[in-house]
Amino acid sequence: MSPKATALVELQDLTKIYGSGESEVRALAGVSFRIDPGEFVAVMGASGSGKSTCLNMLGCLDSATSGRYLFCGLDVGTLSIDQLALLRRNYLGFVFQGYNLLARTSALENVELPLVYRRVPAAERQQSAIQALQDVGLGDRMHHVPSELSGGQQQRVAIARAIVTSPQMLLADEPTGNLDSARKVEIMKLLQKLNQDRKITIVMVTHETDMAAFATRTLHFKDGLIERDLVSEKVSA
Amino acid sequence: MIWTTILMAFREIKRNPMRSSLTMLGIIIGVASVIIMVALGRGAAFKITSDISSMGTNLLIATPGSERHGPTASAAQPFKQDDVRIMLRELGSVAEVAPAGSLGALLVNGNLNWSSTVTGSTNAYFQIRAFSFELGERFSDAQLQSGAAVCVLGATVRTKLFGTQNPIGSSIRIAKVNCAVVGVTRPKGQSSFGMDQDDFVLVPLATFQRRITGSTDVGVIFLSAHDGKQISKVKSQVAALLRERRRIAPGAMPDFNVQSMEEITATLGTVTNALIALLGAIAAVSLLVGGIGIMNIMLVSVTERTREIGIRLSIGARGREVLFQFLVEAMALSGLGGIMGILLGLLVSYVAARLMHLPFSLVPDMVVISFLFSASVGIIFGYLPARKASRLNPIEALRHE
Repeated sequence: MSPKATALVELQDLTKIYGSGESEVRALAGVSFRIDPGEFVAVMGASGSGKSTCLNMLGCLDSATSGRYLFCGLDVGTLSIDQLALLRRNYLGFVFQGYNLLARTSALENVELPLVYRRVPAAERQQSAIQALQDVGLGDRMHHVPSELSGGQQQRVAIARAIVTSPQMLLADEPTGNLDSARKVEIMKLLQKLNQDRKITIVMVTHETDMAAFATRTLHFKDGLIERDLVSEKVSA
Repeated sequence: MIWTTILMAFREIKRNPMRSSLTMLGIIIGVASVIIMVALGRGAAFKITSDISSMGTNLLIATPGSERHGPTASAAQPFKQDDVRIMLRELGSVAEVAPAGSLGALLVNGNLNWSSTVTGSTNAYFQIRAFSFELGERFSDAQLQSGAAVCVLGATVRTKLFGTQNPIGSSIRIAKVNCAVVGVTRPKGQSSFGMDQDDFVLVPLATFQRRITGSTDVGVIFLSAHDGKQISKVKSQVAALLRERRRIAPGAMPDFNVQSMEEITATLGTVTNALIALLGAIAAVSLLVGGIGIMNIMLVSVTERTREIGIRLSIGARGREVLFQFLVEAMALSGLGGIMGILLGLLVSYVAARLMHLPFSLVPDMVVISFLFSASVGIIFGYLPARKASRLNPIEALRHE
């Protein structure tokens, strides 16, 4: 891979320690890597390997114990809680295993939510949200509430919510974890399409090799350290 | 953003109609009771004041006995017939003077009898106390001077002794004296003190003194000032004259008491205001309890919606935005409850005022105050839960089941 001037993400010897003394847990024990714009990275590892902690770090939801996290060259460790929120609002999108949609709220309103915090005017907000829902193939389900949607459809709404702001990086935590195999492939293809067509950088935590095969690069975590960093030769499609 | 947040708050309230209405009920009852208490209190106060002024605002009452030592009329020297004459002659500001004495007495007409008060006075009494005649007429000068055995009945006494019959020309026995009925006054109704103003029988003062008590003393003097005269000035003139007549050294405590209706009204006003304040304070406590109810529900709501807060934080909501959202929700709950409470309070106080024959007084200031109070209850009691929500850790909030 040819090194670029500024990586989208660069971790330098990042550690995260939970608790203290005897009960101390080293979730991340000094991790360094960089992600360039346009990459689709799968993060794999057994539970407790530090992969989820790493994703929380990348998502600015948690702060490191030591080391540096540079986002577009900006040292995230120096930002206040509010600045971190603004960074998430303007540059990041999240997709979770449990969809995490607002209950009793229509798909459209769920997708509009990030734009509300961005102070986008109502009309424009709705237009963008409709576009995002059409992009994920839910143009005909906009007014359904989550309980009226299947798991796959809910995850599509969540993806629409994550991309409606055109983020620099989409972070996905086991996005296919709750789905049957046919839906898993659908979601993975959708993510892949977003990565290829819209050049959205994606970092996805998964424990399934089949899902990781859709990514262009795989990071294997073990005991809080990166065990292997592989660029895929052949990507699933 | 603000508008969206308010819309969001109302949607959240609608989502849980049962819980929201129970929470609002606390505020509704609180606000309504404040309004009802104050509205009824003011209505009653207004009625008392207007009743008193129906007795004549320019009325002065002079009684023997010092103010400070309470009703010691027996110890104090009573007024004399001459006092009245001199007052009329010397004091230009005084329109009417009615010396009076009264006594409890049994009234008998055939086999009907009724315990009432017999008052001896002059025709000025009717003018000062604003009595008009339904039947017959007032005493003639001859009757007044000679102390004739005649009487004028109050409306209540007439009903008790004669029913619907015309009593003019009949006689009744008042404490062993047979008196011919010459007139009946028009009913004035119950006074605010629960006293029946029509339960009396009036005889000429001379009749009262000679035939009933056997004493020429005057127990009380009613005076009315000319319209437009300052009551306090007239009052001090009357007091000065009485001091002179009764030879009270300058600086010494007078052994009589002159009161104006204005003062009595003012005293009553102080009492009723204190009562209204007390009632209002009790009602305010229920508002406070309602506020605690809101805090309780909002705390439950924050816990219940921890995951939602996690979602909002993860997509970039700042703590202050989450705080604002929950504050607006608490304010919307209490504001909505406040509006309903105001409507309920006005309705109930209107109906109650009608039932209790009190004037219904709209209390715009209380409406505004209780609305602002309920909205601030929302802010105060919503703040703690909202702050709790805004300080949640997004990762833990998202993991919350």
